[in-house]
Amino acid sequence: MDKKLGVYICSGCSIGDALDTDKLAQVAQKEYKVPVCRAHAFLCGKEGVELIHKDLQEGAVDSVVIAACSPRVKAEAFALDPCMVQERVNLREHVAWCQKPKDEDTQMMAEDYLRMGIVKAQKMEPLEPVSDEVSKAILVVGGGVTGLTAALEAAAAGYEVVLVEKQAQLGGFVGTLKSRFPRQAPYTELEPADLAEQIQAATYHPKIKVYTSTAITQTSGQPGQFDVTLLKDGDTIVHRVGAIVMATGWKPYDASKLGHLGYGLTPDVVTNVEFEKMAAAGPLKRPSDGKAVESVLFVQCAGSRDQAHLPYCSSVCCMATLKHADMVHQQNADAKVFIIYKDMRTPGQYEKYYAKVQNHPATFLTKGEIEAVDKAAGGKLSVRMKDTLLGEAVNVVVDLVVLATGMVPNSADGEAIRQLHDAQAKVLRNESDTQRQEAEKKAEELKAHEGTEILHLSYRQGPDLPLLRYGFPDSHFVCFPYETRRTGIYAAGTVRAPMDSGHAQEDALGAAMKAIQSTELAAQGQAVHPRSRDMSFPSFFLQRCTQCKRCTEECPFGTLDEDEKGTPKPNPYRCRRCGICMGACPERIISFKNYSVDMIASQIKAIEVPEEDEEKPRVLVFMCENDAYPALDIAGMNRIQYDPSVRIIPLRCLGSMNIVWIADALSGGIDGVMLVGCKYGDDYQCHFAKGSELANRRLENVKETLQRLQLESERIQVTQLAINEYGKLPVLINEFMDKIREIGPNPYKGF
Amino acid sequence: MTQEASGKPDAKKVLVIGGGMAGITAAIEAAEAGCQVVLVEKAPSLGGRVARMNQYFPKLCPPACGLEINFKRMKSNPSIQVLTQAEVQELAGSPGDYTATVKVSPRYVTDACTQCGECVKVCPAERSSEFDYGMSKTKAVYLPQANAFPALYALEREACLAGCDLCVKACAYGAIDLNQKAETKTVSASAVIAATGWVPYDASKITNLGYGRCANVVTNVLMERLASVSGPTQGKILRPSDGKEPKTVAFVQCAGSRDENHLPYCSAVCCAASLKQATYIRSAYPEAKVTIFYIDIRTPGRLEDFYAKVSADPMVELIKGKVAKVEEDPATKDVILEVEDVLHGKKITERVDLLVLAAGIVPQTQGLPATATLDEFGFVDNRPGKTGFYGAGCVRRPEEVSATVQDATGAALKALQCAVRSAHHG
Repeated sequence: MDKKLGVYICSGCSIGDALDTDKLAQVAQKEYKVPVCRAHAFLCGKEGVELIHKDLQEGAVDSVVIAACSPRVKAEAFALDPCMVQERVNLREHVAWCQKPKDEDTQMMAEDYLRMGIVKAQKMEPLEPVSDEVSKAILVVGGGVTGLTAALEAAAAGYEVVLVEKQAQLGGFVGTLKSRFPRQAPYTELEPADLAEQIQAATYHPKIKVYTSTAITQTSGQPGQFDVTLLKDGDTIVHRVGAIVMATGWKPYDASKLGHLGYGLTPDVVTNVEFEKMAAAGPLKRPSDGKAVESVLFVQCAGSRDQAHLPYCSSVCCMATLKHADMVHQQNADAKVFIIYKDMRTPGQYEKYYAKVQNHPATFLTKGEIEAVDKAAGGKLSVRMKDTLLGEAVNVVVDLVVLATGMVPNSADGEAIRQLHDAQAKVLRNESDTQRQEAEKKAEELKAHEGTEILHLSYRQGPDLPLLRYGFPDSHFVCFPYETRRTGIYAAGTVRAPMDSGHAQEDALGAAMKAIQSTELAAQGQAVHPRSRDMSFPSFFLQRCTQCKRCTEECPFGTLDEDEKGTPKPNPYRCRRCGICMGACPERIISFKNYSVDMIASQIKAIEVPEEDEEKPRVLVFMCENDAYPALDIAGMNRIQYDPSVRIIPLRCLGSMNIVWIADALSGGIDGVMLVGCKYGDDYQCHFAKGSELANRRLENVKETLQRLQLESERIQVTQLAINEYGKLPVLINEFMDKIREIGPNPYKGF
Repeated sequence: MTQEASGKPDAKKVLVIGGGMAGITAAIEAAEAGCQVVLVEKAPSLGGRVARMNQYFPKLCPPACGLEINFKRMKSNPSIQVLTQAEVQELAGSPGDYTATVKVSPRYVTDACTQCGECVKVCPAERSSEFDYGMSKTKAVYLPQANAFPALYALEREACLAGCDLCVKACAYGAIDLNQKAETKTVSASAVIAATGWVPYDASKITNLGYGRCANVVTNVLMERLASVSGPTQGKILRPSDGKEPKTVAFVQCAGSRDENHLPYCSAVCCAASLKQATYIRSAYPEAKVTIFYIDIRTPGRLEDFYAKVSADPMVELIKGKVAKVEEDPATKDVILEVEDVLHGKKITERVDLLVLAAGIVPQTQGLPATATLDEFGFVDNRPGKTGFYGAGCVRRPEEVSATVQDATGAALKALQCAVRSAHHG
């Protein structure tokens, strides 16, 4: 399709003072023969915007290049049909505000950016959103307090819900409790934990279909089109749903591993979960001999905050113990209660309940470390501790010891299960002895994951959510706690993070909202966070696919499945539009209508590379558009100058960087390439989880290319940068340019 | 942002009060699920308290990173209308059918502003920067923050010199209108989310801890600005009295919190916040020593890893102790603390260059409509049942950023439910 490109150049905000905009217009008109090219001194103003709209209405133009300020600003003023071909060229923040005005190099920079914008727009095509029929029903996995809440709250917003519980009854752990922590003012009285009303409401709700004693045997498809196969009493039922809330809860930490705290020594050392049942059953008796309990000692962090057990804090045990102390005193006000803690953790308004329990005359709390729990005379237990507030070693003799054991998420490690299955398949394939032995070893290592599937996703990357540290399928983002690496599937409650039942109910609300939202956005063919409302999606030119599987393996969101041969099978609704698959593909067959390997390659080619004797090096900088690019904008706003030899290309994610661009750039005479992306590693800041890390890994392969071209490896540099490091970015650019000048010009110039 | 959010009669309309992390989240989450949202913010730009922070715990990542994504989500979403320098004066009606009267104060800078900054060059007057908690000054016309959303300058008219109109003349885009008047808008909504956030506890009320009396006693929120590259010291942590680099820094936890005389509740975030600020000091000054005096270190869940990481630094010492007295050495302006080390049952005297008070969170409920029910501490108390008014974030409970986001996402669902109910019955 021949586009009718309109190029609109703004000369306001010192762009006109820094640049010769007439010469810029000549680039558009003479070099690219664009049918319409207009300049205006205030393009974002009413009159300027009308210029664009008028040309569009009259049909003189159907695609627009706006060469003005950063695409991050004036989005409202320049808002056009989101499906239309449009490109912004940043002449203000990235040229006029950071370069010497009326300088030859500054002009060359602006002209290159304009060329790059025009060629990209020429290659772009209008977007056509996917618009299949989608289901807006929500599957809730787990019928405990979180799942029940998610189901009822989603239904209350008008959405159909399928609630699946593995046990025979709904209610989960909270359903077995008598009382819960005080969540309402005045925060001093335990609240009843009765879930009967919620169970009743869910069971008879016209929008909720409840399945108990039911397992999920398969979840296939994608957001808006998940087909979930359930197995109940030998029958198979298939439901189509749009999104999933995973609320599979927790299990207590295995107390048999806590022998050092006396568990197993006598029946009078119990866990907090066991104590809960004892206290609910009636007057407290010693399990060993049925004698009345006159004194109880609670051991906090039994397993939690312990590198040998659970390194994390289970968050609820302090409050649970205070509740238990309260329950002891409700039965017997004189019973002695000892609480031995590392730190008492009762955040927010819970502090008031802590104060209340602490003020009971028979409650004694101290920081301390348990040294030993032994049997004592009269069927009692002797607890020795150190580092208490009372000085050195202390011994306390009590009837009952309660271990405040922590929470372990009921999650399944989708990635490990997949590796296990891959290894098992490899063993069967019996390729060579060494390969088989390696696979057997791997399968043995991962044996514990056998049969642990929960969602049974038919995803190439594994049947369940990828887990983060300690088994939680939690987000790793401070700002986006519901982010998971499987689009449309949201973890909630204690499987996501240790939390109490009240927090779990609130968490269920948020997760249900995210589930609802993902179906609503899918219905419009739009992406979810972080590229919310993006309507582009990748297409695959499969005739040229070599089944290398890089795309199916590298997608952080498990978007792509594959057939037996390894050909990728796209699932557009799972896609987050980051372009990581596009960066991974060595055959360059993956492209978006407005973002492709060819478009960027053409942009690189559009850069005018001066001859060697002109002594004007050229360096290409690929920047993450989410963090590094805004940082450079802010540098521009602060009028921080940097070397004019660089040409910036923003990428959706650094992970969408295809190494062919580097080869193209270097073989075209570009002197160096810089990649600026987000921090990776444990505390990664990449919005697409793995993008910047993958880009870095791909660079390993570039070294071969450099060797082949006999170029210095220092010509390529990858940098991790946070958005607030805008002062550092120009320095990094200048330092890199110094290095490039030192190395000398690329010998491929002029070829 | 462009269209009037109260357009369609059957639209699911939500009003969000407060444009900090909770309000931004509630607005976007509701809008992306199909609601029409009006977001009302008192300040000239969004971001609230988080925008003024240097880094988040535990990842030590800059808040601007997440805000950038959220602002991008807002820019591309015509279902969100943002009103800045705006306050809800009155909320009438009932769940499903609220009418809010919103007073929009004049910005004196219109949407035509391009952020070119020519006005600042000519402005002869200065104002104290609220963004920097008064630690710096800007011109009377100013950009509220580097990544301000909306991306417009603002003018503090009270700070202008009499009769001055230099900025008007300097603006090539006619974007400054000194005659702008306050406007009153009416916003109808099915549900209201109060996300008005928090204010730091006034540390000068804790008289024994020396804030306001000793030059080198600062609060944790001031520390965030001192450590921030966009702050008054461009990110250099210097002590206020003499601009010297601190070699010894102490933190006092629960400055006001967990104290019947001040805030009886726990502010929930201060422990992790001080651990985080300890990393600011340690990374800026490798020789510096940090001491944290605490009652309990409260780092729930996986924040425990962060606690373990920071406390593993031999130059960071944690002492369970109660700070009894803080004095200033009149000659050096050093801060002298008297502390009771409760674990070892002894008194310690410590001299430090800089003292940081981990001041607590006070709910910001000023200006909330009478519909809000408050608990005894002043936090919005979300009563169970089908109401149409929900508190979210720190106005409801002291909580960290990710808990705030979680809470605000949940509140967006409650609002959606209410909107759906009213759309069906209304």
